[in-house]
Amino acid sequence: MRYLPHTPEDVSAMLERVGLPSVEALFEALPDACRRETPMDLPAPLTEWDLIIRMESLAASMAAGSGNRVFMGAGSYSHYIPALIPQLLGRSEFTTAYTPYQPEVSQGTLQAIFEYQTLTARLLGMEVANASMYDGASALAEGLLMAIRLGKGRKKVALSQAIHPHYREVVQTYFAPTEFEVLTLPVDPATGRTDFSGLEGMDDLAALAVQSPNFFGCIEDLQSAVSLSHGAKALLVAAFTEPLAFGLLPSPGSQGADIVCGEGQSLGIPQSFGGPGLGMFACRMAHVRNMPGRVVGQTKDMNGERGFVLTLSTREQHIRREKATSNICSNQGLCATASAMYMATLGGTGIRKLAALNRDKAAYLKKALEGLGFTPLFTSPVFNEFTLKAAQGFGRIREKLMEKGMVAGLGLEGLYPEMPEMKEAFLFCATETASREDMDALVEAIRGELL
Amino acid sequence: MNGDFATTGLIFKEALLWEKGKKGRTAFSMPAADVPPAKELPEALQGEGPDFPDLSELEVVRHYTRLSQWNYGVDSGMYPLGSCTMKYNPKIHEKLAALPGFASAHPLLPESLSQGALQLMFELQEMLKAVTGLDAASLQPAAGAHGELCGMMLFDAWFRSQGEKRDRILIPDTAHGTNPASAALCGMKPVALASGEDGILHPEAVAALMDDRTAGIMITNPNTLGLFESHFAEIAAIVHAKGGLVYCDGANMNAVMGYVDMKRMGVDVMHFNLHKTFSTPHGGGGPGAGPVCVVEKLAPFLPVPRVVKREGGYALETEAPLSIGRLHAFYGNFGVLLKAWAYIRSLGPELKRVSEMAVLNANYIRASLKDFYDIAQDRVCMHECVFSDKNLKSFGVSTLDVAKRLIDLGFHPPTVYFPLVVAGAMMVEPTETESVEELDRFIEAMKRIRKEAEESPDLLHEAPQRTRVRRLDETAAARTPCLCGGM
Amino acid sequence: MKDIQDIQTPDNLRYTDAHEWLAADTSPSRMGITDYAQDQLGDVVFVELPEPGSHLEKGAVCATVESVKAVSEVYMPVSGTVSEVNRSLEDTPELVNRSPYGEGWILEITPDDPASLTALMDSPAYREMLKGL
Repeated sequence: MRYLPHTPEDVSAMLERVGLPSVEALFEALPDACRRETPMDLPAPLTEWDLIIRMESLAASMAAGSGNRVFMGAGSYSHYIPALIPQLLGRSEFTTAYTPYQPEVSQGTLQAIFEYQTLTARLLGMEVANASMYDGASALAEGLLMAIRLGKGRKKVALSQAIHPHYREVVQTYFAPTEFEVLTLPVDPATGRTDFSGLEGMDDLAALAVQSPNFFGCIEDLQSAVSLSHGAKALLVAAFTEPLAFGLLPSPGSQGADIVCGEGQSLGIPQSFGGPGLGMFACRMAHVRNMPGRVVGQTKDMNGERGFVLTLSTREQHIRREKATSNICSNQGLCATASAMYMATLGGTGIRKLAALNRDKAAYLKKALEGLGFTPLFTSPVFNEFTLKAAQGFGRIREKLMEKGMVAGLGLEGLYPEMPEMKEAFLFCATETASREDMDALVEAIRGELL
Repeated sequence: MNGDFATTGLIFKEALLWEKGKKGRTAFSMPAADVPPAKELPEALQGEGPDFPDLSELEVVRHYTRLSQWNYGVDSGMYPLGSCTMKYNPKIHEKLAALPGFASAHPLLPESLSQGALQLMFELQEMLKAVTGLDAASLQPAAGAHGELCGMMLFDAWFRSQGEKRDRILIPDTAHGTNPASAALCGMKPVALASGEDGILHPEAVAALMDDRTAGIMITNPNTLGLFESHFAEIAAIVHAKGGLVYCDGANMNAVMGYVDMKRMGVDVMHFNLHKTFSTPHGGGGPGAGPVCVVEKLAPFLPVPRVVKREGGYALETEAPLSIGRLHAFYGNFGVLLKAWAYIRSLGPELKRVSEMAVLNANYIRASLKDFYDIAQDRVCMHECVFSDKNLKSFGVSTLDVAKRLIDLGFHPPTVYFPLVVAGAMMVEPTETESVEELDRFIEAMKRIRKEAEESPDLLHEAPQRTRVRRLDETAAARTPCLCGGM
Repeated sequence: MKDIQDIQTPDNLRYTDAHEWLAADTSPSRMGITDYAQDQLGDVVFVELPEPGSHLEKGAVCATVESVKAVSEVYMPVSGTVSEVNRSLEDTPELVNRSPYGEGWILEITPDDPASLTALMDSPAYREMLKGL
């Protein structure tokens, strides 16, 4: 087998050095009670060629590929990834390296991550960012736990109902074994933004979390959220699923957010059926010793040369163990590197143009669908996603369109069973990858079914 | 070769991104604006955009090409980091993960349009069950530590369902830091369990601490000394007798595939590190994946959604009232799961051979170096062995010096100063993908360093000499952290 | 790491088995970590100080001292109230290494029961303990 270099001669010579008669003898320390009684039931090995055939067959059944006809966002976004990124990212010095514990031979990873941290901090308007967390959902959970650590004994957090439903579920999972409580602030059914009126009745809050643009695509009033939160002596945790929005909208940091966390997949990472993604996480320098995750710092070597090292390690599990700020070890290093490459490729000028283009595309699709009789559910401005109410029975039309490989939005009824407004509501997304022809084709296909 | 095959090369200095570029340059091909511009945003919603540099395409390409040349990867040479399993990362997996059908797939595609991904995930679950002997699996955790957290949450959910609240858990002194950290996140206080003189856990020590307030035990097997926990089954029985659960940290699974039956041994929950045992690339710190396998009684508590096989195809099941819930926004690191699937499909039952060769390689190194370096436990090891700097102290040489000198000789150092139970530990895990010639080169290098330690220790103190940067000041980095550039 | 004979243990101080020192002859009493502790820890990079005015029980963690690779907890040798903390450690944590008994003091406490201080080790007893390690 091509990954196993040992020839029978090699094995004999090595056993001789070790002083054992056979390979089986190496496993003598395994008592009977621990051993398998039968061989592992695994399919016979495939050659590289058969493996490709098998994989291509599985891939062919997926409705994915260029020529975007999937008009969904909801936490995973279709964006162009410039060809240079997979080329550079694929360099094996990046992919096959480990966590940079020996800095002299890992300056590539360390500088790339330091650059990622810096660009992330700038994008989010914050003072410091970590080297990444698993995804936007777990980053939010960790952000709330951090706020609780800083909260001087407060045990509750308030989450906007307009945060991605899966993210809120992940927070519940993280909080279930703890003594901490999660409260919910509802959505204003007219504006589509968080209704903060319930905040007055809440005490013992360590944090308030709001997503912007939120799950419905609506841009939240983060400035108000910050002042209401601080008024309640709580930290404001700003979440996001589409960071490209900050090419156009004010950054959460500029609005006063204390902790910013979200999903970075949009920045040069393939959708890949939901993972690997990128948990972006940023906070204030004053709170950095409570921040979870790895962090790279700048320093000098013995000759005064600039270099980079992992630092503030005493927050982490390998030193602090049960008192660590998190249990995280491996994070999403290569994805963070990819997103830094993307941010560098796009540039400060480019990101504004691309963000504007995204907004323009979504506005075009929204107008065209409204022309078919879809009605807007909410009044708030949006970025590249929006929620519309469809005519009754659209669900059946959507099913028919799927047979043609078109996915027309995401039905929200199942995700918000507690909100009657969500009956017949659909979340649409159009990014720079949606051409005018694609959008026109979708609209025509729907029109055809409505007749 | 005399163990000296690292040379200096043409490596470039390279600035930070924001020290390069010029406003107006771009490396991105902006798509055509084929739609009219949207209405202007209200002023309060108009931001300035981030302060990113503007670079040309070649500037970006040179930047990252030069950065990559500063890194040592598995493809550069042997990378014997103990408990990390730095085996070869097959290139075919990269090609398969990039297939547009998978790379461009939206996770919320209807089931009818995502059967390929669902089938792959289901098959991977089945194969991981086959490797362990356990009854059910979840692929959702995004890393080993995430898998451990999942395991601890399963413990918590199980005890709740029994109407109990157990707030302590036994953790050996050889455990990886993620073990107590994960337990603490679930409100469990770690109780330290001492290993015996022989480096493994003994049933008496467990029996003395196990009671009905203790949730159970977290054991890494083989442990971080590279030794098989031979008393595992007895220990599991003691824990079970008091109503506790057994968690196995599967980070070292590379040593025992095809040999060990986790279920038979008494494991209730275990996690895998796909980026260790199953060849997915480490990426400079992830992404990895940490799937968990459980016994039948814990299956109802596994995260949702679950990949199931039904009449007519594969589906995602979200109805599971006892589930601990979601741990990830979607299904976990699918792009990583895909590579592990491809690896297992490429090897099949030969995974047993993988473990055999991994263990043979480690023992070959042990036998070759045990007369040169102090060895913590002088007997047959599993896939890794632990040396220390005990015999070097008299020369004023430490493990750190040995590690830095290895860099000069062309090797990535082994894991150092872990496990904590061995002072000055050097944990060497060659993995099965290293040939005997490569091992001989490593052994020669280590022998040479041993000689240098005695005859010319300054060579070690001044190492590394051949890298672009040398002995970085970690103290200054921690005292005055500079975590963000261009300030 | 220093040899035991080079470790300093001033005679006028009291010591604990967790390597803390306390100036028992004054009240409030200053305390910190010993020369042995700072030597073992390596370069100190950060000291987490308690809130002045807080009351802590004997054995409670009152401060933490961090080096690059390790964290050391400082425990209350007796129950008492924190009266003062050494703010200069915020900018210059290396004082703990340079002058563990002088400028590197960490906090001052007012013990609930001053008599309890006499139970702590004196310099000879602490040195005996160090020899046994």
